[in-house]
Amino acid sequence: MTAISDVSFHAIARARWRPAEIAFWILAASCAFLFPSRYLIMTDIIRLALFTLSLDLILGYAGIVSLGHAAFFGVGAYSAGLLALHGIVNEPVIALVVAGLIAMVLGFLTSFLVIRGVDLTRLMVTLGIALLLEALAERFSNITGGTDGLQGIEMQPILGLFAFDMFGKTGFYYSLIVLFLLFLLARRIVNSPFGLSLRAIKNNPLRASAIGVPVNRRLIAIYTVAAFYAGIAGALFTQTTALASLDVFAFERSADLMLVLVIGGTGYLYGGLIGAVVFKMLQELFQTITPQYWLFWIGLVLVVIVLVGRERIHRWVLWGPNLVIRQVLGRTAVVAVPESDAP
Amino acid sequence: MTIALETRGLEKSFGGLKVTRDLSLKVEQGARHALIGPNGAGKTTVINLLTGVLKPNAGRILLEGNDITDLPVHKRVLRGLSRTFQINQLYADLTPLETVGLAVSERLGRGGDWWRRMGTRDDVNEEIAETLERFHLLDVMNELTATLPYGKQRLLEIAVAIATKPRVLLLDEPAAGVPESERHDILAAVAALPRDVTVLLIEHDMDLVFSFADRISVLVNGAMLVEGPPDEVARDPQVKAVYLGEAADA
Repeated sequence: MTAISDVSFHAIARARWRPAEIAFWILAASCAFLFPSRYLIMTDIIRLALFTLSLDLILGYAGIVSLGHAAFFGVGAYSAGLLALHGIVNEPVIALVVAGLIAMVLGFLTSFLVIRGVDLTRLMVTLGIALLLEALAERFSNITGGTDGLQGIEMQPILGLFAFDMFGKTGFYYSLIVLFLLFLLARRIVNSPFGLSLRAIKNNPLRASAIGVPVNRRLIAIYTVAAFYAGIAGALFTQTTALASLDVFAFERSADLMLVLVIGGTGYLYGGLIGAVVFKMLQELFQTITPQYWLFWIGLVLVVIVLVGRERIHRWVLWGPNLVIRQVLGRTAVVAVPESDAP
Repeated sequence: MTIALETRGLEKSFGGLKVTRDLSLKVEQGARHALIGPNGAGKTTVINLLTGVLKPNAGRILLEGNDITDLPVHKRVLRGLSRTFQINQLYADLTPLETVGLAVSERLGRGGDWWRRMGTRDDVNEEIAETLERFHLLDVMNELTATLPYGKQRLLEIAVAIATKPRVLLLDEPAAGVPESERHDILAAVAALPRDVTVLLIEHDMDLVFSFADRISVLVNGAMLVEGPPDEVARDPQVKAVYLGEAADA
């Protein structure tokens, strides 16, 4: 019957890879060759991108706001650090997964507090949990190293084959591969029936439950998954920098994360990645121009983005490339960023 | 006759205000039952109690003989009690395909499926197609719900409820605000609901109520005033006084 194949075709359409997406990842991979001297900053961007991807899963898809996402980043970071420091798990990839799972357990346990109540309650609860963990990390300095952080972390080679080098080349490839794999997983999740139910919950939870969606269970599930992602981002931070200090839990980290996601846009997964690139580049740029007042300029950019609207900015940015494509290939514009609702 | 939906001594108050008083209602299997009442009679509260959005202060709710008073909203839906919404609460930025797909996925227990993409399960696709076709939504299935004409949106509202395969369906003012030209489609869709689905219609529109219902309950100030077949209710002096009187003059 044609109606069924129609339904199937349109239902899968959302999950199909677009040319712009493939171009995005080719570009990301080719950065390794384009900027061979900038591995450290690029790794920094990748970690932030993964961390923001995590926030996008709960904020962009399920509508859970959080001002304490650094809690999971921090737990992942310290877990990875302690695992390596005490030689509990020496192989980085396994340690990475274990650290992610530890953050995931914390995410599951705290999800019950977070799903209750509305946005303001959630902001306060998530913020509170992150502050609490920061205080705990400071209090138990015999384990965490307190304000000095974990000292003397030495990373073993990845899979026993690839040693971390001082230029950060290994760390960059390692982080990029982890980001890509977790992105694929996130992409699967958001295009599944589960992902669809999240979008419905974000829109109108009452209506979702009237359709038969177990709202709380879904929110707990995605919050737990997001905690895993944030934990992995934190563990990558420790593994690629051989550092873990109290600022992994810092409020600024959670707040910056929100900025990054707003810059990139919520609810289409690439927002976190694009936001991370833009945020770090702006930070670099403004720090060179005005080392002291760069935050002022970031703030200004944010205000402009929100006021002008991302959709219009996208149109301006893509106007040039699309013009070239039309001239060269004689086709209609092919580069487009899928737009979601405003954050 | 078996009873599909029953309430026993349902009570609900907000603070000192009693909005539902000792409400005992029996809806027979396969019935076309209408619940009417003037504004502020507490009809919406009754729906919220039945669907589980509100918890009653006292009383029980039974679906096909099973006590569902303590079940959460989504579990009642899976047991076969669905509703439509009076005010538009559809998902504006989902398509009809996605909206119906969501309901079908959840009913078939596929809603938690996080690994398979939408549209890759034949049983789900088949049911989506069937539902969309029945409510004349196939041609607009890939358009955003927000852009559909209002009449189509009301049809989608009923389609989503039917996609959950309800045994008892609560219709909350299905034709409210629909322009005259599109009204016919809605009425036809309501009339064409399968006979094995028990329908409880909550409605203002007297034409619709009297053309559709085979039994009518009149709610006033949160309590049941009269219950009976349409002609009896229409003749009842009490009902005329509080409710139909105004309508007859208009």
